[in-house]
Amino acid sequence: MKNNGFFIVVALIVGGVVGYLVGSGQKEIVEVEKIVEVEKIIEVPAKADVKIGILLGFTGPIESLTPDMAAGAELAMKEATDSGAFMGGSKVIGVRADSTCVDTAAATAAAERLITSDGVSGVMGADCSGVTIATLQNVAMAKGIAMISPSATSPALSDLEDSGLFFRTAPSDARQGQVVAEMLMEKGIKSIAITYTNNDYGKGLADSIQMNYEKLGGGVTISAAHEEGKGDYSAEVAALSQAGGDMLVVAGYLDQGGKMIIQSSLDTGAFSTFFLPDGMIGDALPEAIGADLNGSIGTVPGTDSPGATMLNDLAASAGFKNGPFTAESYDAAALMIMAMQAAGSTDSSAYKEKVMMVANAPGEKIFPGEIGKALEIIAGGGDVDYVGASAVELIGSGESAGSYAEILVDGGKNTTVGYR
Amino acid sequence: MPFLGDDMADALNALVILANFVLVPGLAYGSQLALGALGVTLVYAVLRFSNFAHGETMAIGTMFVILATWGLQSVGISFGPLPTALIALPLGIFVAVMLCLVTDRLVYRYYRRQKASGVTYLIVSVGVMFVYNGLIRFVIGPRDQIFADGQRFILKAREFKSMTGLNEGLAIKTTQVVTVVTAILTVGAVFWFLNRTRTGKSMRAFSDNEDLALLSGINPDRVVMIAWMMTGALATIAGTLYGLDKSFKPFVYLQLLLPIFAAAIVGGVGNPLGAIAGGFVIAFSELFVTFAYKRVVTYLLPDSMAPETLVQFLSTDYKFAVSFVILVIVLLVKPTGIFSGKSL
Repeated sequence: MKNNGFFIVVALIVGGVVGYLVGSGQKEIVEVEKIVEVEKIIEVPAKADVKIGILLGFTGPIESLTPDMAAGAELAMKEATDSGAFMGGSKVIGVRADSTCVDTAAATAAAERLITSDGVSGVMGADCSGVTIATLQNVAMAKGIAMISPSATSPALSDLEDSGLFFRTAPSDARQGQVVAEMLMEKGIKSIAITYTNNDYGKGLADSIQMNYEKLGGGVTISAAHEEGKGDYSAEVAALSQAGGDMLVVAGYLDQGGKMIIQSSLDTGAFSTFFLPDGMIGDALPEAIGADLNGSIGTVPGTDSPGATMLNDLAASAGFKNGPFTAESYDAAALMIMAMQAAGSTDSSAYKEKVMMVANAPGEKIFPGEIGKALEIIAGGGDVDYVGASAVELIGSGESAGSYAEILVDGGKNTTVGYR
Repeated sequence: MPFLGDDMADALNALVILANFVLVPGLAYGSQLALGALGVTLVYAVLRFSNFAHGETMAIGTMFVILATWGLQSVGISFGPLPTALIALPLGIFVAVMLCLVTDRLVYRYYRRQKASGVTYLIVSVGVMFVYNGLIRFVIGPRDQIFADGQRFILKAREFKSMTGLNEGLAIKTTQVVTVVTAILTVGAVFWFLNRTRTGKSMRAFSDNEDLALLSGINPDRVVMIAWMMTGALATIAGTLYGLDKSFKPFVYLQLLLPIFAAAIVGGVGNPLGAIAGGFVIAFSELFVTFAYKRVVTYLLPDSMAPETLVQFLSTDYKFAVSFVILVIVLLVKPTGIFSGKSL
């Protein structure tokens, strides 16, 4: 018995160390989410420079996406400045700050700094849903600064009390859930199993898919979470397979747990076709899985509007890439600038009322590269309908209506078969 | 099922589900844990401390194997239907053994001369763990690497269905068979070495009673060296088999540390036979407790009694908690483990 206490100490230390390291390992997981924008309440005199914060996760799990997103927003600001038409010739200056995507305390501090020390009139950001909610509630609303996020998709943001200060150029996952449910029913799939990555994104999307699908008469056999960063998902797949279903919906990430669940399901013969929401769409997945993935379907935000191609060219000549959520970032900054112009003020409480107006019909359609033209139209008393790079159409409390591309995996590649 | 009665077919289907999702994966996972626990138990028996760096030793050994595999693949060498990593294994073992010996020379030897207590060693091994961990991230990065090649399946679920006419499929991956066969060969070799060779016997003597062993002229440095060589080899084999079967992701080996320690302690620390038994006990407990029995029960019971729920004892989220609970129970009820520990 003399070793008894010693072994318990060993056991506890192993548990603690493993828990700590696993926890810190999780932070490395790529979690593609979103950005928000905050606007400053202080009135800026005409001709003075107007600052707009760019609050994105320049470090953290989406750090590979954010440089292009920020460059997109800065491109829109440069266009406005170069046109000389903004607020009678004011310059728009972007101020970058790091949201980290996952650390709400750091994001809140960064937003504080943008507003109180840099004196920004609005914020293009934040990026991921969690930090977006935190900065909106703790900083932007307290200071009365507007935010336009290019990439926060959590359905929770739709109903959040935001004093009208929050907008997003990304669609809510509530909309994606609807699209997914419709696609499944049209394919004649009557029962599904859902597995989701255990965070705001996965849970929100899974709930939305389940609700919409059941409303259409489909049956969900199981909706189970999976953790990212494990070596083995056979136990998760075993549970999913026992619940059964015609198709497995994998609301996860293509480089991590989502991929391994698909591989393990195929290995054990648990499922043969999969539904892949936006976090699972990327060339890496069909490359990794191979021909077995053929026949699986998916959705990703996308549009056949000419705006996307136009931004590709603009980005190329400005020296960056129109990657994921770059178009939404460009559009978020453009909307904020045009709303300020329409209100004739950089005061958030004034221009927040104009965001929906410039984004939606009626008015002259505005595409990427035409911000100068839009500012002149607005200055001349006209109305614009901003289409931008992501076919912006704001609905509800100010979020993108959401246009999705339907993906079919065919011949080892993701192919777009339609839009809805 | 024209030639079998419905009841018979149902029973077979239920059995196939269990085999596919619990028995076959459990056998492979148990073998991997057993080899890992064997390494932990060996260090404990000879050097008398709990080696927390064992998980990282597995990872780093696997990393060497992966690098060697890439080297072999780039010059066009493959192993037919079997994974190329098996050819690369000896090379990986060699480098891992060298690393273990260097670590012992630079770190553990100092504390051995100080006659440090077990707890000091334990904390030192945590330090070694962090160093290895950093080294792995530095060399191969934190992302997962898939290095299994060759033929993926021995038996595919779909083939099994058409072969037997059953509703349920049984898949057997090449890596699962490779794991079990390699584990049997390795364990056989370890036991032969410990029981039949002079060096092995001197190790057992050293483990049983260090002072007596020293008096009878056994060279302690040699015993320690051989213990580290075996540990490095076992860790590399276990890590490579796990990496082949699942995937190689550096911090996953840290998560493995808990079930491996649980296996070693459940079986009786310091007892090689116990480590192997413990590995399988832990592996099968994790799988049996977190498996959803819905369809198994549906096959076995009459239709009217088919369950609505998943019939799952614990959600799969609690997989690692199972080994922890078993560990605590064993420590409370039989602290020396199933096979009384601390002898080699």
